[in-house]
Amino acid sequence: MRKLSAFNLATLVIGIAFLYLPIVILIVYSFNASRLVVVWGGWSTHWYAELAGDAPLLGAAFISLRVALVAASAATVLGTLAAVALVRFGRFRGRLLFAAMIYAPLVMPEVITGLSMLLLFVAIAVDRGFWTVVIAHTTMALCFVAVIVQARLVDFDMSLEEAAMDLGASPARTFMTVTLPLILPAIAASWMLAFALSLDDLVIASFTTGPGATTLPIRIYSEVRLGVSPEMNAVCSIMVAVVGTAVVAASLLTKLSAARGGPARA
Amino acid sequence: MTSDVHKTAPKPQRSFVAKLVVRIPYAWLAAFFLVPFLIVLKISLSQTAIAQPPYTPVFDLAAGWRGIESFFAGLSLDNYAFLGSDPLYFLSYVKSLEIAALSTVMLLVIGYPIAYAMTRAPRRVQAVLVLLVVLPFWTSFLIRIYAWMNILQHDGPLNRLLLALDLVREPPVWLSTNTAVYIGIVYSYLPFMVLPLYATLEKLDESLLEAAADLGCPRWKAFWLVTVPLSAPGVIAGALLCFIPAVGEFVIPDLLGGSRTAMIGQTIWTEFFANKDWPIASAVAVVLVCLLVTPIVIFQHQTMRGVKRD
Repeated sequence: MRKLSAFNLATLVIGIAFLYLPIVILIVYSFNASRLVVVWGGWSTHWYAELAGDAPLLGAAFISLRVALVAASAATVLGTLAAVALVRFGRFRGRLLFAAMIYAPLVMPEVITGLSMLLLFVAIAVDRGFWTVVIAHTTMALCFVAVIVQARLVDFDMSLEEAAMDLGASPARTFMTVTLPLILPAIAASWMLAFALSLDDLVIASFTTGPGATTLPIRIYSEVRLGVSPEMNAVCSIMVAVVGTAVVAASLLTKLSAARGGPARA
Repeated sequence: MTSDVHKTAPKPQRSFVAKLVVRIPYAWLAAFFLVPFLIVLKISLSQTAIAQPPYTPVFDLAAGWRGIESFFAGLSLDNYAFLGSDPLYFLSYVKSLEIAALSTVMLLVIGYPIAYAMTRAPRRVQAVLVLLVVLPFWTSFLIRIYAWMNILQHDGPLNRLLLALDLVREPPVWLSTNTAVYIGIVYSYLPFMVLPLYATLEKLDESLLEAAADLGCPRWKAFWLVTVPLSAPGVIAGALLCFIPAVGEFVIPDLLGGSRTAMIGQTIWTEFFANKDWPIASAVAVVLVCLLVTPIVIFQHQTMRGVKRD
């Protein structure tokens, strides 16, 4: 139907190249055999093999995965509840504050979120460590989940729910048997995005962590502050691969969700 | 009782379970977002103490009325006065706002043509393009900034390219400069700018442009008079989505920027981790939130209106 003009095509190509070239260069350098990052010494998986022997790094990766698993799951449950409350409950007391608390963390500078969380944990005298990071990540991620699930609920075909209720199903039963299965792909997608967010976070984790709970980004940060190194190129490449796979899977799921029971079916 | 509620439904009676749907996330956010914030506010009004934790106690309920009295007696504006007296903080705020504002303008200039070009692509390709723009956004800031550390280092790919093309004689210094910070912010926030712009441009009614063309309006003029004004919501959303977090950015200036003037995110970090001056760190954070409160409120208003309109 439409044809891209040369100008628009060039814009797209340059734009996408700008977004991807740095990551591609990073991945290519991670396969560089030379110790000197900038001198090309031929292809090698040497630095990946090196990583396997780096116990503190592997430990940090394991902690990050555990934090992300728990935080993403908690955030998904809480965020879905919040989305249902926002979309389906009309005007309830304190709705404005509720909405504000969901949207504000999306743009709040991480330094402030991290600082305020930490001061809370200190004020109530909780030892910082694994669980404090989980709570902080859950809070941050639940807002993203709420926004995604809310978007799905807003363009949900209401007549399906109405039909169930007219046939005598209670609101709770309608939700469990009609609404939930239809929005499930969106929920799964937001779980993955919450997982990626938690896995990536440096600032909030730095504030809320304690002894024995050094996450992977904290570990990477302390290394890269000293400069570029081939091991770090390899770690970062692996993380790009993991997160990239998760996001592509998530977006396919969202598509599936839109294909099932969206308003476009009518 | 509940079964016929949905038919009349202006003010439904909610069951206990339904109430929990609101109350659980509400309580969570209040406990872990709102309350921490109030604590920051309180500590910013406390005296620095050489102790663990390094400030005077938040609230001593056990002491009863006396505790409340001493709570208010303990409040002081000393930290804010200190922020005002030391030009370091003022310069740090100014620099943060300046970098964030300039980056937002650059993002708009770069992001708008990309978003516009995306809407011109065939439908099928558009979905792929959206995914391509979203994908880097979910890859950690840290890694993307690190990727630029690779590129911008003294004998890195960029300088090699510039030397090979004979564009420069001496390899320029990129790292630890403001230029590197701008590159980092524009690179990291580009998806935040492109996506809202694309979302509004894509909804634009084509027939308006056709009407303009039928009435003899040249295409560039139609673009300027029809497309640009109608994409204003996207421009506002994208600009806020980039500007607000950029002001408080920590990772980018820390890894790519120079050490001469710190951005405000770095100042909070240093006050907190290096100087262990929690009350000052809190005061810096409170002032930052005050600076950002207007853009944040506009952002919320926009988002909520967007949701309602849909």
